[in-house]
Amino acid sequence: MSLLMAFLVGGGLCLIGQLVMDLTKPGVSPGHILVGYITIGALLSAFGLYQPLVDIGGAGATVPLSGFGHSLAQGAIKEVAEKGWLGAFTGGISATAGGITAAIVFGYLAAVLFDPKD
Amino acid sequence: MGKNPEELLKTAEQEEYHHLVNRMKPKPPLAQNCMWAFVVGGLICVVGQIIMEYFISLGYSRQDAVSLESTSMIFLGALFTGLGIYDNLGAKAGAGSVVPITGFANAIVAPAMEFKREGYIFGVGAKMFSIAGPTLLFGFTASVLIGLAKLIMLYL
Amino acid sequence: MGAINKKGRQTFIFADPPCIISWASIVGPKEGEGPWSDDFDQILPDYLWGEASWEKTESKMLREAAKLALSKQGLQTSDIELMVAGDLLNQITSSNYAAREIAVPFLGLYGACSTMAESLLVAAAMVDGGYCERVLAATSSHHYSAERQYRAPVEQGVQRVPSSQWTATAAGAVILQKGGSGPRLSCATVGKVIDMGQTDAANMGAAMAPAAVDTIKAHFQETGRPHDYYDLVVTGDLAAVGLSVARELFVRVGLVPSPNFSDCGVLLYDGLQDVDSGGSGCGCSACMLTGPFLRKVAGGEMRNILLVSTGALMSPTTTFQKESIPAIAHAVAIENI
Repeated sequence: MSLLMAFLVGGGLCLIGQLVMDLTKPGVSPGHILVGYITIGALLSAFGLYQPLVDIGGAGATVPLSGFGHSLAQGAIKEVAEKGWLGAFTGGISATAGGITAAIVFGYLAAVLFDPKD
Repeated sequence: MGKNPEELLKTAEQEEYHHLVNRMKPKPPLAQNCMWAFVVGGLICVVGQIIMEYFISLGYSRQDAVSLESTSMIFLGALFTGLGIYDNLGAKAGAGSVVPITGFANAIVAPAMEFKREGYIFGVGAKMFSIAGPTLLFGFTASVLIGLAKLIMLYL
Repeated sequence: MGAINKKGRQTFIFADPPCIISWASIVGPKEGEGPWSDDFDQILPDYLWGEASWEKTESKMLREAAKLALSKQGLQTSDIELMVAGDLLNQITSSNYAAREIAVPFLGLYGACSTMAESLLVAAAMVDGGYCERVLAATSSHHYSAERQYRAPVEQGVQRVPSSQWTATAAGAVILQKGGSGPRLSCATVGKVIDMGQTDAANMGAAMAPAAVDTIKAHFQETGRPHDYYDLVVTGDLAAVGLSVARELFVRVGLVPSPNFSDCGVLLYDGLQDVDSGGSGCGCSACMLTGPFLRKVAGGEMRNILLVSTGALMSPTTTFQKESIPAIAHAVAIENI
């Protein structure tokens, strides 16, 4: 059941991205989609609108990059409550540190180990 | 303001041409693209869900399991990009392979591996952030602003 | 006043039409799987051809195509008095580095994908003007070096839109000489830069179609040749979308080239090769000319052709700055006289 919900929520979030790419003006690149998803995910999360999606969809809401935005926002909100203004600067990044470091390190490793295929 | 007749004529001509091109231009196969995006995006999330539930079953807290799931998905995205598979998936799945965090990993590895011949510092090292950089910038900035907004609300 | 070898504003008439004594084509694996595999001199087994980078491969293709064209007539590089070449990469490095090896006087051109016609036009003027006896005109493009410079990294999962085009991996070289046997370059029309305000870099055919129509119209008007003079009028790389737009524009200006009007970008690949709208790149019209077209003209299968290579003159920088795409087209008439 949780797998089905992950499929539906995750698929739905991707579908929205596809509609944006195909129906808006030409030139919306994957880069724009990534920037848009992380930002909108963080904003939705700040207004408490993303957590319900995570409750329903599990990984279906955390795997899309909007889920990364959600972690950033929730981390900041949590640490502000604990540490005050310093938390605004440390919270988001500590909550997502694993993912970001993984992205940079694995990304670099993969780039060093592999060559582009034809 | 104050456009001369020649410029106005040119603009009108360009506009008319734009209509002609729009009429002739083939449209993307929307239904097919959406179907692919939904199915592939959904399946990638199912893999994430399986990984997350596996870490929960090992006794990790839900929050740590989510972190581990993100990390694992990034690893897989980087690996499949390196193996030359992820771009073929992306050609079909469009947003279905961009929106998941594996797409973020792809956006890091793809430019990085192509700039190896320009060196490991300013080639790979710089190019890997060509898309990831703006993404992290907007994410971090949003997170700091949200934190500060929360701070203001706490004092009100 | 008035130049003696010119008709109208844009058309050069060559008094003693230079002779195309030799030509050669080298194409990539994908182009080799297309409909013209028997017409190309060499088909690469892979996209690197033993080189360390795609840029090096592109340069090697240009260099080897030039050498191949020379060797067909038993000539050495030293028999060439001038090399005229260009390509798509920044600072036309493929041509510069090839010219370094060929080591003859060199003029580098930039006309984006219009380079084949542009280099032929300059070469022919040099020969007919009596400045050179024998000139080499060449160009090349490589799919992956172009993707890397103009679009996205190869391994990035990007969905192509139906109007996008596939940069051909191909090189073509032509040797022009005063006198000799072979098809002749009788006249050429220099194009004007035309910009109809198109901004979509994934629909270059539409940006270039007005330039092609403008040049072809000027060519027929200034030469006074009838619309059915050529056995084939062929544009460089408008591809399917650009070609259908061009046909519509021809109807509007009341000039439809006949009996055959087509486009190298449409012809180079067959429908199942996943190239969306069709081919593009300097090599697209270069390999079609030095592959099937020159063979057919030389063999008498066609009497003459008008090659109209088309180029989109934008850069990644102008695309990011949301500038529209200026385009150009040059026409060269190749005939058996």
